[in-house]
Amino acid sequence: MNVNQSAPPVPPFGQPQPVYPGYHQSSYGGQPGSTAPPTHYGAYNGPVPGYQETLAPGVSRAPPSLGAPPATTAQTPCGQAAYGQFGQGDVQNGPSSTVQMQRLSGSQPFGSAPLAPVVSQPTVLQPYGPLPTSSQVTAQLAGMQISGAMAPAPPTLGLGYGSFGPGRGPQPNYGSPYPGAPTFGSQPGPPQPLPPKRLDPDAIPSPIQVIEDDRNNRGSEPFVTGVRGQVPPLVTTNFLVKDQGNASPRYIRCTSYNIPCTSDMAKQAQVPLAAVIKPLARLPPEEASPYVVDHGESGPLRCNRCKAYMCPFMQFIEGGRRFQCCFCSCINDVPPQYFQHLDHTGKRVDAYDRPELSLGSYEFLATVDYCKNNKFPSPPAFIFMIDVSYNAIRSGLVRLLCEELKSLLDCLPREGRAEESAIRVGFVTYNKVLHFYNVKSSLAQPQMMVVSDVADMFVPLLDGFLVNVNESRAVITSLLDQIPEMFADTRETETVFAPVIQAGMEALKAAECAGKLFLFHTSLPIAEAPGKLKNRDDRKLINTDKEKTLFQPQTGAYQTLAKECVAQGCCVDLFLFPNQYVDVATLCVVPQLTGGSVYKYACFQVENDQERFLSDLRRDVQKVVGFDAVMRVRTSTGIRAVDFFGAFYMSNTTDVELAGLDGDKTVTVEFKHDDRLNEESGALLQCALLYTSCAGQRRLRIHNLALNCCTQLADLYRNCETDTLINYMAKFAYRGVLNSPVKTVRDALITQCAQILACYRKNCASPSSAGQLILPECMKLLPVYLNCVLKSDVLQPGAEVTTDDRAYVRQLVTSMDVAETNVFFYPRLLPLTKSPIESTTEPPAVRASEERLSDGDIYLLENGLNLFLWVGASVQQGVVQSLFSVSSFSQITSGLSILPVLDNPLSKKVRGLVDSLRAQRSRYMKLIVVKQEDKLEMLFKHFLVEDKSLSGGASYVDFLCHMHKEIRQLLS
Amino acid sequence: MATYLEFIQQNEERDGVRFSWNVWPSSRLEATRMVVPLACLLTPLRERPDLPPVQYEPVLCSRPTCKAILNPLCQVDYRAKLWACNFCFQRNQFPPAYTGISEVNQPAELMPQFSTIEYVIQRGPQSPLIFLYVVDTCLEEDDLQALKESLQMSLSLLPPDALVGLITFGRMVQVHELSCEGISKSFVFRGTKDLTAKQIQDMLGLTTPAMPMQQARPQEHPFVSSRFLQPIQKIDMNLTDLLGELQRDPWPVTQGKRPLRSTGVALSIAVGLLEGTFPNTGARIMLFTGGPPTQGPGMVVGDELKVPIRSWHDIEKDNARFMKKATKHYEMLANRAATNGHCIDIYACALDQTGLLEMKCCANLTGGHMVMGDSFNTSLFKQTFQRIFSKDFNGNFRMAFGATLEVKTSRELKIAGAVGPCVSLNVKGPCVSENELGVGGTSQWKICGLDPTSTLGIYFEVVNQHNAPIPQGGRGAIQFVTQYQHSSTQRRIRVTTVARNWADAQSHLRHIEAAFDQEAAAVLMARLGVFRAESEEGPDVLRWLDRQLIRLFMFHLRRSPFLQVFNNSPDESSYYRHHFARQDLTQSLIMIQPILYSYSFHGPPEPVLLDSSSILADRILLMDTFFQIVIYLGETIAQWRKAGYQDMPEYENFKHLLQAPLDDAQEILQARFPMPRYINTEHGGSQARFLLSKVNPSQTHNNLYTWGQETGAPILTDDVSLQVFMDHLKKLAVSSAC
Repeated sequence: MNVNQSAPPVPPFGQPQPVYPGYHQSSYGGQPGSTAPPTHYGAYNGPVPGYQETLAPGVSRAPPSLGAPPATTAQTPCGQAAYGQFGQGDVQNGPSSTVQMQRLSGSQPFGSAPLAPVVSQPTVLQPYGPLPTSSQVTAQLAGMQISGAMAPAPPTLGLGYGSFGPGRGPQPNYGSPYPGAPTFGSQPGPPQPLPPKRLDPDAIPSPIQVIEDDRNNRGSEPFVTGVRGQVPPLVTTNFLVKDQGNASPRYIRCTSYNIPCTSDMAKQAQVPLAAVIKPLARLPPEEASPYVVDHGESGPLRCNRCKAYMCPFMQFIEGGRRFQCCFCSCINDVPPQYFQHLDHTGKRVDAYDRPELSLGSYEFLATVDYCKNNKFPSPPAFIFMIDVSYNAIRSGLVRLLCEELKSLLDCLPREGRAEESAIRVGFVTYNKVLHFYNVKSSLAQPQMMVVSDVADMFVPLLDGFLVNVNESRAVITSLLDQIPEMFADTRETETVFAPVIQAGMEALKAAECAGKLFLFHTSLPIAEAPGKLKNRDDRKLINTDKEKTLFQPQTGAYQTLAKECVAQGCCVDLFLFPNQYVDVATLCVVPQLTGGSVYKYACFQVENDQERFLSDLRRDVQKVVGFDAVMRVRTSTGIRAVDFFGAFYMSNTTDVELAGLDGDKTVTVEFKHDDRLNEESGALLQCALLYTSCAGQRRLRIHNLALNCCTQLADLYRNCETDTLINYMAKFAYRGVLNSPVKTVRDALITQCAQILACYRKNCASPSSAGQLILPECMKLLPVYLNCVLKSDVLQPGAEVTTDDRAYVRQLVTSMDVAETNVFFYPRLLPLTKSPIESTTEPPAVRASEERLSDGDIYLLENGLNLFLWVGASVQQGVVQSLFSVSSFSQITSGLSILPVLDNPLSKKVRGLVDSLRAQRSRYMKLIVVKQEDKLEMLFKHFLVEDKSLSGGASYVDFLCHMHKEIRQLLS
Repeated sequence: MATYLEFIQQNEERDGVRFSWNVWPSSRLEATRMVVPLACLLTPLRERPDLPPVQYEPVLCSRPTCKAILNPLCQVDYRAKLWACNFCFQRNQFPPAYTGISEVNQPAELMPQFSTIEYVIQRGPQSPLIFLYVVDTCLEEDDLQALKESLQMSLSLLPPDALVGLITFGRMVQVHELSCEGISKSFVFRGTKDLTAKQIQDMLGLTTPAMPMQQARPQEHPFVSSRFLQPIQKIDMNLTDLLGELQRDPWPVTQGKRPLRSTGVALSIAVGLLEGTFPNTGARIMLFTGGPPTQGPGMVVGDELKVPIRSWHDIEKDNARFMKKATKHYEMLANRAATNGHCIDIYACALDQTGLLEMKCCANLTGGHMVMGDSFNTSLFKQTFQRIFSKDFNGNFRMAFGATLEVKTSRELKIAGAVGPCVSLNVKGPCVSENELGVGGTSQWKICGLDPTSTLGIYFEVVNQHNAPIPQGGRGAIQFVTQYQHSSTQRRIRVTTVARNWADAQSHLRHIEAAFDQEAAAVLMARLGVFRAESEEGPDVLRWLDRQLIRLFMFHLRRSPFLQVFNNSPDESSYYRHHFARQDLTQSLIMIQPILYSYSFHGPPEPVLLDSSSILADRILLMDTFFQIVIYLGETIAQWRKAGYQDMPEYENFKHLLQAPLDDAQEILQARFPMPRYINTEHGGSQARFLLSKVNPSQTHNNLYTWGQETGAPILTDDVSLQVFMDHLKKLAVSSAC
């Protein structure tokens, strides 16, 4: 059965479950409508004596259980589990509200028999049998009772722990002994005399189901942002946003939309308070991009004290002559030119005429005060810096790139409807020396200027290096034609790296503009120059205390360089084409700190990787970028932004400096309390981004978001977003590996997760047997997702994962948004042949586990970076024929990366699906066709994240058990 | 026998040698009493159209410390086929090729008229001539245009196989690769950073990273490897285009600043480039600059216009911040270039100083040219530059490269040193004196660039002791051996062997006196003076000179720009001294005492005294100071001309009178290198100062009225006149009882 799915035996939603009459959790089902006052939880404030003792004396707040979870489950003795979907309904909504639930807070309890004692009762174990009907509770097998439907579980006495033989040693991956893990995930019916019981995978929370439900429930209506503290639909759901005063979730997502009033509460819950901000996020065409407000010379109106920008939450008083800052409560005068009368509700009459008074997101035109050196910026520049060493030439990269650039230069980002892009371009090639090109329009042929003084880089020319594409087209074309020829016979294998960036940065400095460097680089920079690197890859360091050094840059030179780049507004995008170790960890430092992107094409060959590279390149060149940006997050008094994750540089503790920021880059911000928050006024966030547009206009983009504040932990747990939480935790962990051993980082993650869940269990869930695992509804996917993070390549590398790959992924994740982390950690697995061929929608995904694959089917798997087409061994011949144009399974080329273009519905559909998947992601995913039982399948299986991984990562089921144990330990 | 004057002239014609004394005092004591040292002016490559080179190699004395070359002074035993070295008296066998030798069948080098002979060496690789242009781009537009045209023109004058290279500089230094199709390629260097030769070669990719096995053997021309120096025939078009496309330095120069000019680094790279690719091959680095170096090593002045370039005043006050460092930089470069046999020319054209003071050693030590002008867009520069590529009667360039001059002497003589465009090779030997005059301590010098007029002063010391008299009729001998690369790329050796009689000063003083060559002596002494002036403080040198010898010439020498820095910028002083130290005797004399001709209706043109009394109203004066040709119209003449008499047919004679000095001046201009500044002025003209500053101020504002007014023009100066000078001198001569 599927968790959360209403099963026939379940009584109508909202009806108090007779078994648990004491709970009146019905109202927790959600906040139906947008007006539900938070206070309506007050009814449940009766103290529950049983939990009293857990409270810290003297803390004047309701006992945690008071905000009792909407869904609870009681421990049925002897493994009888009950799964109540209490959380799904809302009593107040009445029985009719069957499926109108939002993704409500709630909890999902899992019952479990005590672990240890059962070991002595092996004889009564019930072997794993055929699955009960989906409506039945099926999770009994491993003794881990997952409460499902209301139906009583089959009588299974002495359930499930028999397989946890006493002889089993602790699993190395976990901090504490974790019995029985190795056998989990094995196929049903192991040949042991005492077949291990296992938890039914279907009975544990399924990401697929959660995503499906959210899509069905919330995908249809637009998400209106007018109400404070609303939890937006999941990132996997397609929905429209209507800005009515709060920033769209496309710009900001929070781990929780209801945050504790006090730091004590926050500490107790251990739920990180973080916002994932994507200031320049692209919007679907149906949604309008932020309005640009021009306040003329006076510039945007700001609070005198905290410098927050005018926003819908500012309170106008004294008939509109003054306003009170919503962040710091300072009272400011309204300048005469901004004065407007208030209506009877105290609102300005012109509130709806002014974006900054009615919308969550808008832009201000900045005045000269907001510009560097008090000078309006010049239009930015793009500099293409191409490695022309032997490897780059031989792989065909240089020729391909030069050819592509000729047309790509017409697609530089332009502002609005501008006829031509204001961006100027420049070209540099390099191996162990740098070649600059003068492509001034007046020249008959380009001029090449070689700078070999790499130790002390400088720009040899001023005029003619950065040019307008249209004016210099002939010279540029001639140059791009000649570059591959000029270096065709090169024997130079050594390259430099830091001087290249230095040169680009100096060039921008000389031209007094911001800009972006596009670096195309192939090899470890071993030539004698600053930033020279040596091959220090050492797999022996894995799982030692020194493992962190693999993620740290080899030299501090790149940090210094990055700092200079940021000061100049020089963003670096790096395209890597390594054939072997290139020390991504070090090479990425500058792109990372300057807000750039890194692309890596291992063993690049034109035939195989051309499409992927060109597609990425096109996208990267065309995407809209804000240059020389500074981002600051202001908050209501009481909380404060304390920590930032992403691709940027910070020279102080508050300003996020981004040499460049594009629509894919995300900054995750963590908040901490420094005072009490007020339940009534809630907590406000204002993210202000000052940047230079691609036409050289200086602007401020403001995003505002209001959150609720709670004094009840349950409110917190009810308004969490697991996807965002995972985004934060992954970034936190991925940064942690720089300083701590990977194992420490993993343990810390597990501990934090356990603490979060234990706190819930202790304070919010209904009292139940300790053996029962109870998860908050909003966080029921936390374990599975966390497990995916834990077994990701960075935190638990397999044998085939290179150091560079790990550093690369680590770097990528750092600036991923919630949708990207979601699919990256839990890949989508789409069966292609299950749904009718004529259906146009995406087929429903299945869980990422080998068990879900049937050998008669074909599946697509994607995680935002990789795309696999898995072909089962006994797929119908017709299917094979119509997809691959070969007659049998055995004739399919393994590792194929392009599907033949065939004129039949299936082929069209699959190719269409592949295209649409690619279109959804910010990077082109290269398709790999994997045949069942083929060598490549290993690679594919790596992404079946619910299974136990070869590198020792636990299966979902095992991990859940482990998590349960951790929680129990914390509770006891 | 003919007079000494004829003898001296003859010797000069044949051997290019002029001695201060043509009969030598036979002991050290006597020689020192003579005050003027025994010395000679040697013009090693004096043009000898009548002297065809012989196509074989010289025969050397077999004594390893001697290795003198067989010459007419050697005693030959024709029967035994032996010859005795006249320097070390070693008896040597003739080589097998000389078996046919006899009294009637003598090889050329034994014939007395071949005291100077030239051998052509056939062995060894012939390397082409190399011309490396180093071009300043911080010029005014028309200056740069003129320079570009001059350079393009010069390409047509080069032999087709000559290698050329181009370095341009401004704020950056660009080394241009010349053989590129479709795209012009250059290596760029920061103008502020001093690089070692190794770094430069690495950065230019000249050090091939030892490619094992690959082409270890094939001895293609070793010089094909350089991309920066290519045969002119191959890249003529390319280079012409490249020069045509040269732009002014694009870096902005803000108000009140000088352009940033990296002359020091550019030269350093030029030297490094040649050093790495063509060591010991004849090469010219030709630096064209239009202003002072303003950044990097070798900077002479900062880029702030408000701080003027150093003057003599600053130098005296020790206020020239950059001078020492810059001088050191250029000296280092000059020495490196000299070591590798490359010469450096400096063509500096600007109204202000360009730092010749600091850079002078580049030309001085390597035998390069130094040309100073106001603009590249003047005929002075254009014609001077063309004249560099003038050809001799055989159609070869009048230039030679990488020469070494070796001097051998009889044992009574030792070599004290040389003054001229040379560097010491530090070859010690028995004939090297411990007392140094000029560049001493060696018997060999390197002269990287030579032309037919290059003249060195070579100083000797008589070491024969007084108590060991030389027998009557004894002769001392000196051999000059100049090995050089001829402009036809042949290696040649020119050998000059001269001998003079010894005479006992006590008994034969008259002989010695009669054989004194006062012109040579004056120039030689002046050279010493200039050499000392370069290295010592000005007044001290004057005092030294006064003490040494005072004659008429010396009056003018004292006033000349070679010793006086007053009224000259440091650059000008360096420039004048440079030329003084290398021109031959005649030219040197002109430099010391300018020539003044007078044209009038009274008779044919006549030389007149360089005196203010010669400036008369009805005369036209033509003065040649070597550096300037001044035509000066007297007051009346000027008025006549103004009135236009020359255009009236009845006054045609006046027209001719006006024309005569012009024609004469043209003649001088045609022949001289560097081209002199040509000044045509008249009485009262501002340019007349050139004349007035040179003449002897016999009439000044101080004595004007005592002398009467009828003749001459008064000079407003406080300098003493020759009359006063002589009066003092006489007094001194009488009173000093030496």
